[in-house]
Amino acid sequence: MERSVIDLWVGIFVALGIAALLFLALKAGNVDSIIKSEGYLVSAEFDNIGGLKAKAPVKSAGVIVGRVDNVSFSNQSLRAVVKLNLDKQFQFPKDSSASILTSGLLGDQFVGIDPGGALENLQDGDRVRITQSAIVLEKVIGQFLYGKMSEKNGD
Amino acid sequence: MTLFKTMLSKLGRKTIDSLWTLGVASTFIFRVIARSSIVIRRPNLLVAEMHFAGVLSLVIIIVSGLFVGLVLGLQGYETLKRYGSTGAVGTLVALSLVRELGPVVSALLFASRAGSAITAEIGIMKTTEQLSAMEMMAVDPHARVIAPMFWGGVLSMPLLAAIFSAMGIIGGYLITVVVIGVDSGAFWSQMQASVDFHHDILNGVIKSVVFGTAVSAISVYEGYASVPTAEGVSKAVTRTVVTSALAVLALDFVLTAFMFTGAH
Repeated sequence: MERSVIDLWVGIFVALGIAALLFLALKAGNVDSIIKSEGYLVSAEFDNIGGLKAKAPVKSAGVIVGRVDNVSFSNQSLRAVVKLNLDKQFQFPKDSSASILTSGLLGDQFVGIDPGGALENLQDGDRVRITQSAIVLEKVIGQFLYGKMSEKNGD
Repeated sequence: MTLFKTMLSKLGRKTIDSLWTLGVASTFIFRVIARSSIVIRRPNLLVAEMHFAGVLSLVIIIVSGLFVGLVLGLQGYETLKRYGSTGAVGTLVALSLVRELGPVVSALLFASRAGSAITAEIGIMKTTEQLSAMEMMAVDPHARVIAPMFWGGVLSMPLLAAIFSAMGIIGGYLITVVVIGVDSGAFWSQMQASVDFHHDILNGVIKSVVFGTAVSAISVYEGYASVPTAEGVSKAVTRTVVTSALAVLALDFVLTAFMFTGAH
């Protein structure tokens, strides 16, 4: 087969292109998002989820153990239902509690799981019973101001 | 009243004309795609066109990507500094490049560097009656000339866009981390935490494939449909660049609306 300089240049071009794609995938993106590990779905009901969105991280002791699968509203309980997709390699006791936390003061919201003490573990389709809603900053500030005002009136 | 009438009839004629052109162009592109088996039978034709469209655009893509990254890094740093979150500059540079600037700017550069050259080459072949000569020799110019040019452009575009984005990120890294002194760990880790492979990188590649197809189709059609005079070819080249730019920007809006909005 004949080889010309053009073939070499096109080879260099294709190699550069693939290298750039690999660079984007491995260095700029996170490798974890390519390899999707098996997970199990657990639901949790909250009074208020604040600004929690699908794909937000689920953390336990600061380690990412899963992602929020979806967020919906239940007509029966009139509360927000959050489906959590937890990684199979992480198991939590049945009485673990879920709370919605914020990273930093203005950061994104995520779900934190505090492990309980039950012997049985959470299974696919289970529901987390103990939940704590997101702290809505406006409410906290409102309560604080209200408290201050009533303090003053009391004096 | 007569003025109004002539204006109305002119408008109607323009509309019908442009619809006519669209139909002719679509038929032409379908004919080219239908004769594309030559690209597999004679890969050296495709290699030559990828050299023409891709390798020769490399320098402008690499240099512009680097400068776009430098500017993004500098501007992003100056803005983020006010909020004390300069570590997020990596996220800003990577997301804007991978999602938008990489595919769009490289498609615009590709249209002006390679698309115009494709149109000029086909137009001059038509002017000097080389296409007719081929037909006389029972060689189909759609297959022998136009199909390899079209596919060369389609295949080169995603690679060029990826190189552009990668060079931009390197440029952003150089200006913010090496020159200004943002923490290197924060730069990469914040970038990796927010750039998703499926949602960001793959969608960027899909965009560049769509843009590459659009620009290549416009370039070969304008060349083939050009009036076979010096003036006609020059007008066709201008039309290629203008139409490609408009098509890329309009398609980008549609694709972005599909990809990056909604539940996320």
